Amino acid sequence: MRAVSWHGKEDIRVETFPDPQIVNPRDAIVKVSLTAICGSDLHLYTGRIPTMQAGDILGHEFMGEVVAVGHEVTNLKIGDRVVVPFTISCGGCYFCKHDLWSLCDNSNPNAWMVEKLYGHSPSGLFGYSHMLGGYAGGQAEYVRVPFADVGPITVPEGLSDEQVLFLSDIFPTGYMAAENCQIREGDTVAVWGCGPVGLFAIWSAYKLGAGKVIAIDRFPERLKLAREYCKAKTLNYEEVDVFTMLQELTGGRGPDSCIDAVGSEAHGTTLDAWYDLAAEKLMLETDRGHVLRQVIHSCRKGGTISIPGVYGGFLDKVPIGAAFGKGLQLRMGQTHVHRYLPRLLEFIREGELDPSFLITHRSSLEQAADMYRIFEQKQDECIKVVLQT
Amino acid sequence: MKTGLMNSTCSSSQSVKQCPLSQNVANSERVLSLLGGGGLLLMGLRRGSGAGLLGVAAGASLLYRGWTGHCHLYEGLGINTADSQRKRPGVPAHQGSKVNSALHINRDRQEIYDFWRKLENLPQIMQHLESVTMLDEKRSEWVARAPLGKTLQWEAEIITDKPGEVIAWQSLPGSQVDTAGSVHFKDSSTGAGTEFVVSIMYNPPGGQIVTQIAHLLGQDLQAELNQDLREFKQLLEAGEIATNAIAPEPGQIQKPVMSDLKVVKS
Ligand SMILES: [Zn+2]
Ligand SMILES: [Zn+2]
Repeated sequence: MRAVSWHGKEDIRVETFPDPQIVNPRDAIVKVSLTAICGSDLHLYTGRIPTMQAGDILGHEFMGEVVAVGHEVTNLKIGDRVVVPFTISCGGCYFCKHDLWSLCDNSNPNAWMVEKLYGHSPSGLFGYSHMLGGYAGGQAEYVRVPFADVGPITVPEGLSDEQVLFLSDIFPTGYMAAENCQIREGDTVAVWGCGPVGLFAIWSAYKLGAGKVIAIDRFPERLKLAREYCKAKTLNYEEVDVFTMLQELTGGRGPDSCIDAVGSEAHGTTLDAWYDLAAEKLMLETDRGHVLRQVIHSCRKGGTISIPGVYGGFLDKVPIGAAFGKGLQLRMGQTHVHRYLPRLLEFIREGELDPSFLITHRSSLEQAADMYRIFEQKQDECIKVVLQT
Repeated sequence: MKTGLMNSTCSSSQSVKQCPLSQNVANSERVLSLLGGGGLLLMGLRRGSGAGLLGVAAGASLLYRGWTGHCHLYEGLGINTADSQRKRPGVPAHQGSKVNSALHINRDRQEIYDFWRKLENLPQIMQHLESVTMLDEKRSEWVARAPLGKTLQWEAEIITDKPGEVIAWQSLPGSQVDTAGSVHFKDSSTGAGTEFVVSIMYNPPGGQIVTQIAHLLGQDLQAELNQDLREFKQLLEAGEIATNAIAPEPGQIQKPVMSDLKVVKS
């Protein structure tokens, strides 16, 4: 089969690999019909995630047709069209039983690696480093899907691949980001980052009762989608002082909830953003904290901070005093995709949202290397890339 | 996927022993790191060019390494120069190796106890054991794998057995190996499943066997026990052992699945 593989910083290749087969009884093999490049794939592209190996197959947002099932998989049959959650979960451990799917105990064969860094291991992920399982990803013609009896959701007829693909990650991730805000009717929510997750978070915040959502970014095309499709009030942080504007828009109180949909590769124009760049070069921190600092600074007292943006290692100069002094709640983590699938599929079926609105680039799998470059450099107003196999 | 565990002295949350943030750089090397790192940093700062910046970065990482005694690169590679005295062929007789592992399994306490009470079942989940044979209700004969295809053998006796709560065993006097082990079972405080703690101690008496036993047990035992128990838990909770393989590996023994895990009837 053909698949997109990682060979080092900014070195993506499309190569031929052996087809995957059933290894364990709960496996399925999915023939991929549509896959996407995720913003978090760019952390791999720029070489920021450790424990990648040359030849690793990338991709964690994918869907397709079931072409083989192990003998323990009774809920799927050959020919079913499925969307596959990017988190791999066993369904039997304490965490799966408590609806905390991305914290599954049993799906990371390399748990010992990440335990050194984190103390405990989260679930395995498709195509996202050896530390997080070393699983071959979905930017490929075929994927082996472990625990296929609990993860994949079958897609009803009448919905296109583009409409349901984002159930694999970014739609549930945006939704969980908003849910983590514990929104009360009429609340004001501020969202940093109008990439795909930020856009879904805005839509979800309104869905969960927000009265006003304020979105912050610097790319005009993203701000336009946030404004026109998701109905947010938008701020360009290169043009205005974000803190001042947020206070003005909330009567000096600050937003009730703040979502950091940016994560570890935050850009900024303030002094502390330059500090992050220097600290990173000196290996004093692995993640940039500029956005998170601004989020903590801006949020109203007693408010909630929700972090769907990916952080991987160590962060310097986190204003813990401000977070404590203002009595903030911080909620974060990888998405419990399985928890949200039925609900979100229903939204799509009922026509409340067509998630394909944010696709700007469509290409073949063979063009993946170009697409990574275009997406990373935000050329050509790129917001979301899907690859057809 | 067990090979990667070599030399990890402090690898898992399952270890009950508190593990201090591991120093894995020897003291002499730390001093060199500090000196070299400081020098590079100063030179780099003075130059200020691209090469200078590289020097600053390299210097800073050396300083970090020297200051903390911890090298991320070493950790990634599984190297530990700080522990070199422990790699001597031979564990001092009074010291032995003791490892602990604690975990939660979302299964019934009695079911897990039953599996462990039949010590004959253990080689199915413990990779360093070749076989355990019950000689009578209490006594058992153990065979463990040693390097170069050799084996070690000893007799042990169950010294405590409280059904559903604890099993403890100990090698009999005069054995090739002085060893003891115990498993404690308890209903989970989460309301479902079982919390259990496994402790194993090996204390080689000395002589020729010391070399072998040190190789066999050494500092890998903790990592090995953690991984063994992790896979045991996977079998019980998920029915199979998670793997990232994309195809069955030809000529290799398949990882067991739950239905292969036979409870030996006595
Ligand atoms: Zn993603
Ligand atoms: Zn699980």
